[in-house]
Amino acid sequence: MKRVIETKAVSGQSPNYLLAKFQDLVDWAVNSSRANSLWPMPFGTACCAIEFMATAASRYDFARFGMERQAFSPRQADVLICAGRLPFKLAPVIRRIYDQMPQPKWVISMGACASTGGIFDNYAMVQGIDTIVPVDVYVPGCPPRPEGLLYGVLLLHKKIKGESLFDRVPRRAEQPLDERGLRLPPEQIDEISEPFGNSVHQFRSA
Amino acid sequence: MSKRTVELELATPGLDDRGQPVRVPLGVADAPDSTLPEPDLAGEHMLINLGPQHPATHGVLRLVVELDGETVVRVIPHLGYLHSGFEKLGEYRHYNQIIPLTDRTDYLSPMANNVGFALAAEKLMGIEITPRCTVLRVIACEMSRIISHMVWLGTTSIDLGAFTPFLWAFQERERIYNLQEMWTGARLTTSVTRVGGMMADIPDDFVTGLREFTQTFPRTLSEIDRVLTRNAVWVGRTQGVGALTAAEAINHSLSGPMLRASGVPYDVRKDKPYLDYETYDFDVVVGEHGDVYDRYLVRLEECSQSNRILQQALVRLPDGPVNVADPRVILPPKSRAMNDMEAMIYHFKQVMEGVKAPVGEAYVGIENPKGELGNYLVSDGTAKPVRWRIRPPSFINLSALSRMAEGHLLSDLIAINASVDIVMGEVDR
Amino acid sequence: MNPTVDALRATFGNAIGRGLESCGDTIVYVARESLLDAMTWLRDTPQQGYDYLVDVTAVEYRDRERPLELVYQLRSLPRGAELRVKVELDPRGDLTVDSIVPLWRGADWLERETFDMFGVTFRGHPDLRRILMWETYAEGYPLRKDFPLRGRFSRAEQVRQALAANPADMRERLRRGERGKLPHSE
Repeated sequence: MKRVIETKAVSGQSPNYLLAKFQDLVDWAVNSSRANSLWPMPFGTACCAIEFMATAASRYDFARFGMERQAFSPRQADVLICAGRLPFKLAPVIRRIYDQMPQPKWVISMGACASTGGIFDNYAMVQGIDTIVPVDVYVPGCPPRPEGLLYGVLLLHKKIKGESLFDRVPRRAEQPLDERGLRLPPEQIDEISEPFGNSVHQFRSA
Repeated sequence: MSKRTVELELATPGLDDRGQPVRVPLGVADAPDSTLPEPDLAGEHMLINLGPQHPATHGVLRLVVELDGETVVRVIPHLGYLHSGFEKLGEYRHYNQIIPLTDRTDYLSPMANNVGFALAAEKLMGIEITPRCTVLRVIACEMSRIISHMVWLGTTSIDLGAFTPFLWAFQERERIYNLQEMWTGARLTTSVTRVGGMMADIPDDFVTGLREFTQTFPRTLSEIDRVLTRNAVWVGRTQGVGALTAAEAINHSLSGPMLRASGVPYDVRKDKPYLDYETYDFDVVVGEHGDVYDRYLVRLEECSQSNRILQQALVRLPDGPVNVADPRVILPPKSRAMNDMEAMIYHFKQVMEGVKAPVGEAYVGIENPKGELGNYLVSDGTAKPVRWRIRPPSFINLSALSRMAEGHLLSDLIAINASVDIVMGEVDR
Repeated sequence: MNPTVDALRATFGNAIGRGLESCGDTIVYVARESLLDAMTWLRDTPQQGYDYLVDVTAVEYRDRERPLELVYQLRSLPRGAELRVKVELDPRGDLTVDSIVPLWRGADWLERETFDMFGVTFRGHPDLRRILMWETYAEGYPLRKDFPLRGRFSRAEQVRQALAANPADMRERLRRGERGKLPHSE
């Protein structure tokens, strides 16, 4: 019995095996270099910054994971680690620092407050920095243990190693704020800032 | 510097009769020019911004510095970059629900904040805690003092160029963190007190662990002392820098090591004792010149005094219950709550409604590592306070920064800023 | 009760309202107009000597009929005495009071914070600006009881206004006289 297999030319696929292997090699080299020496920009605000410092100190020491030099200038940093809560007054600051970082850049949102606003669901707190900057890894905890932060860093390594220079989608393009001055559409910001959970007493004063 | 009285239009915020927010006009009514504190410099002086994101500002503090060459003419601090609305949140939470909030204000010494708030709530409600709880709270406060001063020491050394004491200090902190984690389950956000007692009694290994710490800690302190105190670079950068006289310190309402380094022997533990501090044998460390070097010496010596208090507390720790025996205030043990109807009702009322405080107000100030931490609670008879005011020592200590830094060099400004020992969570609340 | 209350009443007469004790602390009410004189007297009279200002804040009650109280906590370091001085203001009326910065420099930022959170204006304050919120903050005075916990604007609007409050544009906007404008206004 003859079976006929139809082949279709799929656009974007490299028909050449050697070319594919070469791309893999380039990706491996680039991604390993990027992942294994991520220089963090410690945007430390509150309690998570103390755990960040503890992770940098001798006992947990994230210099073992490539973060040898904490880049306090965003121009020389790879990953912005937002450690701590972000009030609205600090929002333009983190946006400006993020814009000042050159590509390739990633963002780790460390802690519950940076990820979602944490226990501060009030007038003063940004309900998650992803309303302002695009985030790659969220590390939960209040504050996350140093091991938790290290796990987040390792997840970021994994994410970076899965990227490719030859992607169709331009991953390393700048995403500035739109003409309204927002990063996401307002309905989406309102939706992700909604309180969740079933505590009925949270907003009742007496 | 122009000082001008600002006449402001008052806003009466609220909803109008259609339920829409009323327009809120703020600011100067009809001044021709604005009241910006930062001048428009024409040429000679330079305005630089030590922006909220800076390694040496100890948090998100923004300093606008007017410089004449390298000399600081004026410093204008801008705060609020970590304002989290704690006091507003406190009006929507039961008293025990506020305890986790207190961890996050001064996150370098969380247990001391917990104790301060619990003392204020207990004063408001007229509750007297057990002897065991009293000693445990003293242990909590002094442990917090040590870890707070260790952070201060580590970060100030980094600011002035010495990296090694940072690692030594943080290693000591890790040992206290182990003890805190053993007791409360959390390294940093401990929430160790409850109104009327503590969240839990200490575990079995805690006393031996703490005793071991108190025996080895003086060695680290003497190492740090040997490296820094007579070091020419350290002395050169800190002596004579940022001095404040005693009268100025009192007028600026400073407290804690800032006040004592200027020669004012005021320590809340000795002058307005709480938690039986008058029965402990320790010295109040008082400086003389009020400069950065004196503040360093005061804090270093306070660490050894805290060590002394810890040793005494461990010896005198009495047995007995750690929580007050009042079922309206303290949750009954689970075995009773699940088996006894009355206990279950008490549990239900406390969890669903919270503990109601009588009408009144109370202020309790404790000796936080940063200064006098006050908690002012006003109650209208409900379970949630009408007003929770934190008297923030770092906020008030920081207000003296412009006075201290005038006339010094820019690098001295970094040293002075470090010596104030601020924690922005408390400054901004 | 702290004997200062009687001494105050003897000196200032009707300007001193009621004196009471709560949880061991002495509280005395002073009329708004006499605040500066009373504070000066408290600081400078040798037998009183309240040289240390502990705190300045305000309290607004949930009961709309009660006045807004300004609270000053004073301490005498040599005598060890404490006193809480309160001034009653009408929350729907004029919230203006004299500033005590000429007496205690520590009151500077404390009064700025009370202005920021409650909208109380301090006459004679050298530099009354918002301190915790940004200077063109338009939502109102956060610690007032009619200010909701999550703020008045939607989250998207809060993000938008926050991101637009850059210091560089703020200088320009403050210079032009622009003060916090609500969205969808002229």
